[in-house]
Amino acid sequence: MAQAHFDTIEGRSLGFYALLGILGAFLLAAGLAALYMEHNGHWVTGMSNQIVWGTPHVFAVFLIVAASGALNVASIASVFGRQLYKPLARLSGLLAIALLTGGLIVLVLDLGRPDRLIEAMTYYNFKSIFAWNIFLYIGFFAVVAVYLWMMMERRMNDYTRPAGIFAFLWRLTLTTGTGSIFGFLVARDAYDTAVLAPMFIIMSFSYGLAIFMVVLLAAMRWSGRELGDVVFGRLRNLLGVFVAAVLYFVTVYHLTNLYITQRHGIEGFILLHGGQFTQMFWIGQIILGSVIPLVILFSRLGQSRAMVMLASLLVILGGVAQMYVTIIGGQAYPMPLVPGKEASSSFFDGVVASYAPSLPEAILGIGGIALALAMVVVALKILPFLPNSLADADADPHYKAT
Amino acid sequence: MSLSRREFIGIGGAAVAGMALAPGLRLVELAQARSPDEAVTSLQRWGLLVDIGKCHDCDACVTACHEENGVTGHGRPATDPQWIRKVTLKDKQSGYVQTLPVMCQHCEEPPCVDVCPTGASFKRADGIVLVDKHICIGCRYCMMACPYKARSFVHEDTTDQKPQVPRGKGTVESCTLCVHRVDVGKIPACVKACNKDGNKAMVFGDLKDPNSDIRKQLAAGVSTQLRPDLNLNTGVRYRGI
Amino acid sequence: MIRKRKSCLAIVVALLTVVGFASSAPASEAKKPERIGPTVKIHRGEKCVEDTEFMRRNHMKVILHQRDETMHQGIRTTKHSLKNCVDCHADPKTNSVLDQEGFCSSCHEFASVKIDCFSCHTDKRDKNAVAVAPFKGVAKRVQP
Ligand code: SF4
Ligand code: SF4
Repeated sequence: MAQAHFDTIEGRSLGFYALLGILGAFLLAAGLAALYMEHNGHWVTGMSNQIVWGTPHVFAVFLIVAASGALNVASIASVFGRQLYKPLARLSGLLAIALLTGGLIVLVLDLGRPDRLIEAMTYYNFKSIFAWNIFLYIGFFAVVAVYLWMMMERRMNDYTRPAGIFAFLWRLTLTTGTGSIFGFLVARDAYDTAVLAPMFIIMSFSYGLAIFMVVLLAAMRWSGRELGDVVFGRLRNLLGVFVAAVLYFVTVYHLTNLYITQRHGIEGFILLHGGQFTQMFWIGQIILGSVIPLVILFSRLGQSRAMVMLASLLVILGGVAQMYVTIIGGQAYPMPLVPGKEASSSFFDGVVASYAPSLPEAILGIGGIALALAMVVVALKILPFLPNSLADADADPHYKAT
Repeated sequence: MSLSRREFIGIGGAAVAGMALAPGLRLVELAQARSPDEAVTSLQRWGLLVDIGKCHDCDACVTACHEENGVTGHGRPATDPQWIRKVTLKDKQSGYVQTLPVMCQHCEEPPCVDVCPTGASFKRADGIVLVDKHICIGCRYCMMACPYKARSFVHEDTTDQKPQVPRGKGTVESCTLCVHRVDVGKIPACVKACNKDGNKAMVFGDLKDPNSDIRKQLAAGVSTQLRPDLNLNTGVRYRGI
Repeated sequence: MIRKRKSCLAIVVALLTVVGFASSAPASEAKKPERIGPTVKIHRGEKCVEDTEFMRRNHMKVILHQRDETMHQGIRTTKHSLKNCVDCHADPKTNSVLDQEGFCSSCHEFASVKIDCFSCHTDKRDKNAVAVAPFKGVAKRVQP
C-alpha cells in the first residue's frame, strides 16, 4: 500500500497573508451586513412576504449541498477502496466541514431571531424535516471529525473504512434531507416532486467536487507541491461525469413537469418567460454552469490546468445559479388559489413576485464561502491535511499495474 | 362587557347573555364558553364560513382585523404584514368576478406546523393555528409551506402593540382567529365587522357542535375549502366559489 | 415542553446578586435600592399578586409559566399575566414599564439582564383596564 505523506503548509509567505487578508475582509463585511439586516429588520433586504427565502439561502443551501459532495473524494478512497484518492481524503473531509460551517452560519445569521438559536436547539418538532436537518448537520460535523481522526491518527487507521462508510451513508441522508426541505412544500408547484431529493444528491457530487478541485489546484500550486496528471485526469473526468449527470437530472425534472398539465405554468415561467429566472436558468445554470464546463472537461481543453480551473469555477457559478432559480424562482411564481380563476389582491396574489438581491444579502452569502475558505486555509497551516506530492509516481505506484 | 358576559356564562346564564346582545350579532355558542382558568379542549373546533355570494366590494373585515390586532404597515406593500386580505377572483373562461377574504385557514393538517423546526407553529386543541413567538426563530419555513400565503414575517420594529396581541420584529405572524377574543367568549373582529358594517357574509362557530349555527349552515348547502386538493381540512370554509 | 432552565437560572442568580448588593448598598447608592424593589409608585392596586420577596426572585418563572399556559392552552387568568404586571406597574406619567424610571427597565438595566418581553409585548398599560384586585382569586378586570 502506498503511504502518502502529508505536511502542513508553511503559511508565512506574503501570498498566504494576503489571501487570509482578503478572506478576512469578506468576513468582516459579511458580519457587518448581518448586523445591519438584524438591526433594521429584513425590509432592508430584497426579501419580502412573497420571497421569504432570498440570496442568503441560495448561498447557504449551495454550501450545505456542496459540503456533503466535498466528502465524496474521501468516500471514494475509503468506501470504494480506490488508492489513488487516498491522499486526497483528508482535504476532502476538511472541506466538507468547512463548507457546512459556512453554509450554516449564513443560514443562522439570516434568521429573524438569530439570538434565539438556543431555541432551535432545545425545542424540537420531530415532524419537521428542518429539525431533522439540524441533527443531520450537527451529526455530520461529528462523523466527519471522527473520520478525519481515524485517517490522521496512524493507530486508528484500521477504522478508517468503517468510519468512512458511516460518513458516506450520513452524507447521503444529509443531502436527501436538504433536498426534502423543498420536497415537502406540497403547495408549490416547483418543489412538489420526488425527483428533487436524488437530484440534490447528484448536484452535491458536482458542486462538491468542483470546489474540491479549485481548492486542490490552488493549494498544491501555491504551496509548490506537485500534482501529477494521473490524479488530475481522474478528478477532471469525474467532474465531467457529475456535471453531465446533473444536466440529465435537470432534463428529467423539467420533462416530468412538462408532462403534468398543472405544472405547465411554472415550467413556462422558468424556461420561457420568467425574466431574470429564465436568464439565470439558460445562461447561468445551463450554458455557463453545464455546457461550457462539459466542453472543457471532455475536450482537449481539459489538458490545461487553467481551463479545468475555469470549468470548476463555472460549475460553482452554475450551481449558485441553479439554487437561485430553484429557491427564488420557485417562490416568485404565484401559487394557485382556486383552479380556473385568476387571483389578485394587495398582497400580490396571482402575480409574479419581484425580487432583486440587496447588497447586504449578497455579501452575507458570499461571506459563507469566504468563511469556508478561510477555515481551510488556516487548517492547512495547522494540521497536515495536504499531501506532500501528488506526482504520478507518488500518488499511486500501482497505477500502471491496474 | 366581556367579563360580565363571561361570568354569566360561568354560572350558566347563557340565555340571559344571549338576550343581552345586540340583535344581528352572531355569537359563539354559549354552552361551550370556558372559564378563564380552563384549558381549551378538542371537543371544540373553531371555524369560519364565508358566503362569497354575499361578499362584495367591501373591506370591513380587513380594517377591523388590522385594527383589532394592531397590524400596521410602513407603506411598504412587499414587506408590510397582512393577516387578512381581500382577494379578487376572475374566472379565466367567463370573466366573472368575485371577491373573498383570505386569512389563515386554520388547517386541521397544517403544513406550517409540520415544517416548523422549533414547534413555534402549533395547533391548539380547539383547532386554532398559532405562532408561539417566544420560540419562533424567524426561519420562515412555515411561510414557504403555507399554501394560502396566510403568513407575514415582521420585517421591521413594531411599537404600540395591542396589549392582547404581541407582535415583534423577526418573527412570523398570521391570523389568530382573534384567539384573545374567542377565549373570552367573543367572536373574531372580522366576523363582527362583517355582520355590523359589511354584508353579513361570515359566520363563526364550533364545527364540532351539531347545534351550532355554522354547523347547520354547512350541513344545509354546498361549501368548499381553498385548495381542496391538498386535503388540509381547513377550518375556514367558503360558499359560492 | 422543555423550559429554558439555564437562562432562568442566570436571571435568578443575577437578580439575587442585585438584591443582595442593594440591601447592603452604602448611603451614596440610596436611590438605587428604591428603584429595585416594587416600591416604585404604583398607580393602581396596593399589593402585588404575590408576596414581594417571592416576586423579586421568581417573577420570571411566574410569567413564563403563565405564558405557556395562555399561549398553548388558552388559559387566560389575569393574576400572573404579563399584561396584569404592566397594567399595575406602568408609570402613571409615561404609561410604560420601560423608560428611564420604568418599573421593569430600571431594575433590569441595573442588573444588566436583557428583557426580551417587550420586543413583542407592549410596555404600555392597557388604557381600558380599569381595576385590578389582587388576592381575590382570579383578578377581576372590567372592560368597557
Ligand atoms: S392556512 Fe397556512 S398558516 Fe394557516 S394553518 Fe394552514 S398552513 Fe398554517
Ligand atoms: S418562522 Fe417561526 S413559526 Fe415559522 S417555521 Fe420558523 S420557527 Fe416556526
